[in-house]
Amino acid sequence: MTTISSPLRATAPAPPPPSPPRPHHSRRRTPRQWLRDGGLSTLIIACPMILVFGVFSWFPIGRALVMSVQETNLVTAPAFVGLDNFVFVLQDPLLGKAVTNTLWFALLALVFGYPLPLAAAVLMSEVRRMRGLFSALAYLPVVVPPVVAVLLWKFFYDPSDTGVFNTIAGWVGLGPYPWLQDATSAMPSLVLEATWAAAGGTVIIYLAALVGVRTELYEAAEVDGAGVWRKIWHVTLPQLRGVLFITLILQVIGTAQVFLEPFLFTGGGPNNATLTVLMLIYDYAFGSSLGGNYGAATALSLMLAGVLAVLSAVYFRVTRPWSS
Amino acid sequence: MAANTRTPSVARRRATRPELPARGIVSSHDRRRPSVRGSLGILQGGLLVALVVVGLGPILWLAKAAVTPTQETLRDPLGLFPTGVDWANLATAWTRAEIDHYFVNTLIVAVGAWFFQILVATTGGYVLSVLRPRYGNVIFGLVLATLFVPSVVLLVPLYLTILDLPIVHVSLLNTFWAVWLPMGASAFNVLLVKRFFDGLPREIFEAARVDGAGPFRLLWSIVLPMSKPILGVVSVFAVIAAWKDYLWPLLVLPDPAHQPLSVRLPAIAPYLELDVFLAALAISTVLPIALFLAFQRLFLSGAGLGGAVKG
Repeated sequence: MTTISSPLRATAPAPPPPSPPRPHHSRRRTPRQWLRDGGLSTLIIACPMILVFGVFSWFPIGRALVMSVQETNLVTAPAFVGLDNFVFVLQDPLLGKAVTNTLWFALLALVFGYPLPLAAAVLMSEVRRMRGLFSALAYLPVVVPPVVAVLLWKFFYDPSDTGVFNTIAGWVGLGPYPWLQDATSAMPSLVLEATWAAAGGTVIIYLAALVGVRTELYEAAEVDGAGVWRKIWHVTLPQLRGVLFITLILQVIGTAQVFLEPFLFTGGGPNNATLTVLMLIYDYAFGSSLGGNYGAATALSLMLAGVLAVLSAVYFRVTRPWSS
Repeated sequence: MAANTRTPSVARRRATRPELPARGIVSSHDRRRPSVRGSLGILQGGLLVALVVVGLGPILWLAKAAVTPTQETLRDPLGLFPTGVDWANLATAWTRAEIDHYFVNTLIVAVGAWFFQILVATTGGYVLSVLRPRYGNVIFGLVLATLFVPSVVLLVPLYLTILDLPIVHVSLLNTFWAVWLPMGASAFNVLLVKRFFDGLPREIFEAARVDGAGPFRLLWSIVLPMSKPILGVVSVFAVIAAWKDYLWPLLVLPDPAHQPLSVRLPAIAPYLELDVFLAALAISTVLPIALFLAFQRLFLSGAGLGGAVKG
């Protein structure tokens, strides 16, 4: 004990040299210097990040790439199958349905959910008093847990004529509508709830951006005789375009991965009218009938991610001339 | 010295900058005209009414339905006032429907997820921003890269990783670790905290080092106490995100005894009487709304935009 630890003992009590603003050594340090410079403590402090990201982020991402070309069934060892998983997914008759449904959901979400928050935010930015109340009210649905929101709306969508929405429709002599039970109205019903749940967040983004609009330009526009609409069109919106471009692509990326609404509202029905790509992935991997086809699920999720990556790259390339 | 004085002055400028611009789209002169003021008032009044009906309406409806007998909710769903208030619904939901149990599960999930998100984000941000080891840039690049991978890619391989952890070969299925640890791997949090640490005056760190503070001491006694604002932001959004999460806990906590509210509510819906079920929904909404009301500024300033967008 004495012989082994004495060199360590000798250095340990010595106060660490008042190291100057850590020079970036160009030459290699010896392990001992590394230890004395606090390299070990740094590594220990970095451990939570490296371990958590390593095991629960980097490793699964790498594994996704490998699994997409393997057959994984948890019983036998994974076997290399080439592009079979991709072929299986592309030949699945449900894939076309899921892709069109997802596109339909994304399109409806844009129609319902893109212009409305913008109009609300522009109007709210002109409010002089109680603006906090306006934005708090707009944001409130975002804080409701999504599962609660869906279950609540599911009750609102009750198809009988005493259902909540059908009662309201009845006041103006409409309905009763089947809402979720009908193949054509199911998807718009889902989008309506999703828009209600998400629009508040977009309103807050636009409000923050509107604070940065340069107001001198309004005066210049007024000198030129511009009315309110022209001021909004020629001054406000052009200055928001960076944010508008970003929210658009983020919304598309978000809606392409929609899962909760179709899963809890309709389970993909009626007649697969609300089956989305992410639901198909879920069914491949965890569904009761298909289930356990982890390779196909990973292949489809990689294809979805690839499409989204290409889409965003093209989008940013195309909008770059206008966005700055 | 220059760097030392710059940070506070930026902060001060931000603090004094008026939140409202001097004018909006409609000029102050126009605002005084009765016709403009009238139409603006009507538009804004209309917006306020719409926001109350759409934003607050469903939540108030839920609050009312939670204490209304089933028959009445079914017969007259839009009646403003219940004829008989049935407070027992809440008690029944809390005890007989075992909402108390699932509520505690949700709390456990949220607190653990909060702890690991704070642990990873602060230590990670500290290493990347203050300690800056040589391998720091590589790690930062890898962390940033995960921001661009949509969560759908992780779903299946992460599930299989939970079933059989690499090297140690342990299954985390049906343990809270399976929810806590993956939530810790949030690149957005690390980035947010690192950026905040980047803005702290480095002279203080040097002074502490000269006084003999090691890396741990520096983190615990200097950096963390200076970072309360950002820790507050990360904490609130960590708890809210854990409260909202559905698909992941559904997959890794198949045992009902471990499941949080979000997973249990759809499962128990068919077995509950409507009024008790709506009371259960109301109970599940109370805490997030209370957090929102308490930290309104945080939510409405857009501090958690990344979280909102990712969710």
